[in-house]
Amino acid sequence: MSGWIYRKSFAFAVATTVVVLAGSIATMAYPMLRADMHPRLEALKPPTPLQLAGRDVYQREGCVGCHTQTVRPLPSEVARYGDYSKAGEFYYEHPFLWGSKRTGPDLAREGGKRPDGWHRRHLENPQSFFARSNMPSYAWLAGRPLDPAEVTDHLNALALVHPELRTELAAVRVALAGKDEMDAVVAYLQTLGAAVPRQSPRAADLSIPNPVANDPTAIARGKQLFADNCAVCHGDEAGGQEGVAPSLVDDVFLGQRPDLPDAAYFAMISGGSDAKPIEGRKGQPDGGMAAFGSQLPQKDIWSIIAWIRAEKAHEAAEGAKAPAADHR
Amino acid sequence: MNDYRYDNRTIQGFILSAMAWGVVGILIGLLISVQLWAPAANFAPYLTYGRLRPAHTNGLALGLGGGAIFGLCLYIVMRLSGRPLLFPRLARAQLWLFNVTIAAAVLSLLAGYTQSNEYAELEWPLDLAVVVLWVMFAANVFGTIARRREPQMYVALWYVIGTVIAVAILWIVNNLSIPAGLTKSYHLFSGVNSANVEWWYGHNIVGFFFTTPILAMFYYFLPKSTGLPIFSHRLSILSFWSLVFGYLWTGAHHLVYSPLPDWLQTLGIVFTLFLIAPSWGSVVNGYYTVGADWSKMRSNYLTKFFVIGITFYGLQTVQGPTQALRVVSQLVHFTDWVPGHVHMGTMGWVTMVVTGSIYYVIPRIHGTTIYSERIADVHFWLVLVGQLLFSVTMWITGIQQGAMWKATNADGTLKYTFVETLAKNYPYWHTRTLAGLVFAVGMLFFVYNVLMTIRKGRALEGSPGSSPAAAPVA
Ligand code: HEC
Ligand code: HEC
Ligand code: HEM
Ligand code: HEM
Repeated sequence: MSGWIYRKSFAFAVATTVVVLAGSIATMAYPMLRADMHPRLEALKPPTPLQLAGRDVYQREGCVGCHTQTVRPLPSEVARYGDYSKAGEFYYEHPFLWGSKRTGPDLAREGGKRPDGWHRRHLENPQSFFARSNMPSYAWLAGRPLDPAEVTDHLNALALVHPELRTELAAVRVALAGKDEMDAVVAYLQTLGAAVPRQSPRAADLSIPNPVANDPTAIARGKQLFADNCAVCHGDEAGGQEGVAPSLVDDVFLGQRPDLPDAAYFAMISGGSDAKPIEGRKGQPDGGMAAFGSQLPQKDIWSIIAWIRAEKAHEAAEGAKAPAADHR
Repeated sequence: MNDYRYDNRTIQGFILSAMAWGVVGILIGLLISVQLWAPAANFAPYLTYGRLRPAHTNGLALGLGGGAIFGLCLYIVMRLSGRPLLFPRLARAQLWLFNVTIAAAVLSLLAGYTQSNEYAELEWPLDLAVVVLWVMFAANVFGTIARRREPQMYVALWYVIGTVIAVAILWIVNNLSIPAGLTKSYHLFSGVNSANVEWWYGHNIVGFFFTTPILAMFYYFLPKSTGLPIFSHRLSILSFWSLVFGYLWTGAHHLVYSPLPDWLQTLGIVFTLFLIAPSWGSVVNGYYTVGADWSKMRSNYLTKFFVIGITFYGLQTVQGPTQALRVVSQLVHFTDWVPGHVHMGTMGWVTMVVTGSIYYVIPRIHGTTIYSERIADVHFWLVLVGQLLFSVTMWITGIQQGAMWKATNADGTLKYTFVETLAKNYPYWHTRTLAGLVFAVGMLFFVYNVLMTIRKGRALEGSPGSSPAAAPVA
């Protein structure tokens, strides 16, 4: 640059503005005109009033300071969270909530992973599930009412750019009746990732025997693995927890008798609630059993099943000793 | 025409406000650092981590950073223009509005009013207040420069002008939103586009709040305090234009491996690599300037603040482009490595240069010398040790966590659950709080030293202007 411009303040300011605008136009303004910046997945649904209220709470509480909502296309990340994030999932996101720091796990695939009851108890007291968690307690969200007038304003604002949201305005009062902020956040969490089909487990052969059945070392290992991975939902002794997860030591499997063989357990543990079609049973309508197939080696899953069977035999023996207590 | 007085009261007002907000922001930083290892330290609803984190970043960026920029840049503008501010009353009003705005900003974030975009969390009424503040600032900057007595504009002025222009554009575009009430709004942009606008803003607000105005201070106060002229004018020219050109292309390096279209990610990464050049232009210029007489490091207590500051700027601007590479991003993105990077920049570069500049200004406007060079030395070392301990621990635990997230068994299953990877951070997070304490104590020594200098000096009036103040040292 020649010397005169450092003597002309106005010309200097103009030149600086032009230089600053160059990159801004190329990488910020111009892309807006392109279709690849506004994609929308077919399966994506606009938020309902309750879900929007939940997202507002999520924003207000700064959950985004600890949780990301974007799964990168890396094998380890897909194994941990689920399918990588697609641009078309975020059409209704004003703003995007991808975050920049993963103090807690990614939530982009949280929807349907866990039952509502689990979320409620987790939000109330995260340390009751994971003693070493540093997530704050949000127990105080329960009982805080939602204001239909406020949610209507919020929907109206978004409807300026998404007119299809107008159809929901009439239903706001009904949708929020009897709900509190806790219900709203949970409803919102259950929508995360809903537009992307979950990878359904491959059909399993339900007649494979358990290779480590009755093996004492496998049972001991299974006990430890169960305590680390499953007890938070199914309880320490696999007896189940009301509203969170069913008992694994009764004769009921996915809400129906009789119990099914070990291979059915295997399919359920590795595929989670998405494996239910393989089992041919309905179970809980909102699902909530997480898939462990990508987290636990096969042998570990079989070991857990071996322990569950041992535990069940143990319970049955106890029951046989004191039948009066059970069948009053 | 030599009979005029500089507006020292306003300058000192901004400096003291910046220091006060700095203390508030640092205390919040300490609290959130504790909350990360002691969740019981969350006090719902106002003092929970999720609400306090943006109060920490905004309090320090806008409060400490903004106050220092307003005060020190106006000081520089007056001296380099050889005249008082064109609108002195406007600057007074700006000082008051500034403090009201920052107070409202911190309180509103604790109340949960947020747009959720990093560094743009403030809701729209406060965004408008910041626009007004910026217009007031720009009026004095441009007005005073336009009426300057010195024909040539010195490098520091270029960076001030660049800051005023770029921040205005960034702030206005990214804060465009659809209001849904007084305390709530939705980003006008959605999804991928919202992410792209936000990180175009996010990277550059760091660039034009924590880099260009700090460079202005560096180019002005380093020669002023050492008496050494800047090494190369040509290098200054090259670095300035390539920096203000290059920065704006690089926002997408915050979105590596996200659903943002690949071509934008790649473009952002390529320009990010280019950014090493202009950054190191200033680093080299700084080093060679002091290189003319290294004894200044011993004879003048201020020199080390600028030399260490530019050193961390140099490290920061090598680390930054490295982080943008896909292979590196895979490992460190989303981990504590990034707060390590952030605090080397903010505690090592920004804090060092800002406190050094304040040490230069305060005694001069009070016609005295610094209260205690010993205390300034203690301040320097505590801040340096605190920052190094903070950054190094975060880098270690960041890489460790990134590696654990990626670790898989032979059959492709994951080795560690999330909570196992989380628990590994705790020893490092404890150490980070200790580092923060050391840093905070250092900053309290600084505040004490400045206040005692003010007490010791003569009462503040405008100091008389001398003959047109040319470039500090031509
Ligand atoms: C201080 C950081 C922090 C904040 C703030 C935070 N979380 Fe968490 N969150 C965590 C950590 C760490 C975990 C993992 C351990 C656990 O489950 O408690 C977690 C786990 C979760 C999970 C379970 C995810 C899974 O699949 O295992 C959900 C859901 C969740 N958080 C929702 C939220 C919501 C909603 C908010 C805001 C109201 C929030 N979190 C705020 C740190 C945080
Ligand atoms: C997030 C809570 C959660 C965790 C963690 C969890 N489960 Fe489940 N599990 C459920 C829920 C909910 C169901 C019912 C699912 C349905 O009906 O769709 C279920 C169902 C099952 C079933 C079907 C059997 C029946 O009686 O209905 C088995 C087997 C099972 N879980 C085993 C495990 C094992 C083994 C682990 C640990 C590796 C585990 N679960 C971890 C929540 C959980
Ligand atoms: C050439 C110069 C620089 C480059 C290329 C650069 C690059 C980067 C990159 C790639 C990230 C994202 C890391 C990730 O999330 O994976 C980042 C984050 C950050 N950098 Fe730098 N950096 C530079 C200089 C600086 C300086 C001088 C500062 C001054 C304080 C700074 C402050 C920050 C902050 C605050 C963030 C955090 C953003 C967030 O996620 O909230 N950087 N930088
Ligand atoms: C006592 C000193 C400080 C402590 C203890 C501290 C602590 C923290 C903590 C705990 C975080 C959150 C990190 C995370 O998400 O995991 C953070 C973020 C941040 N701090 Fe500080 N901080 C201090 C000083 C500063 C200073 C002086 C500045 C700026 C001038 C600053 C600017 C920031 C920024 C910009 C972020 C956001 C980083 C990101 O998004 O990646 N901090 N700080």
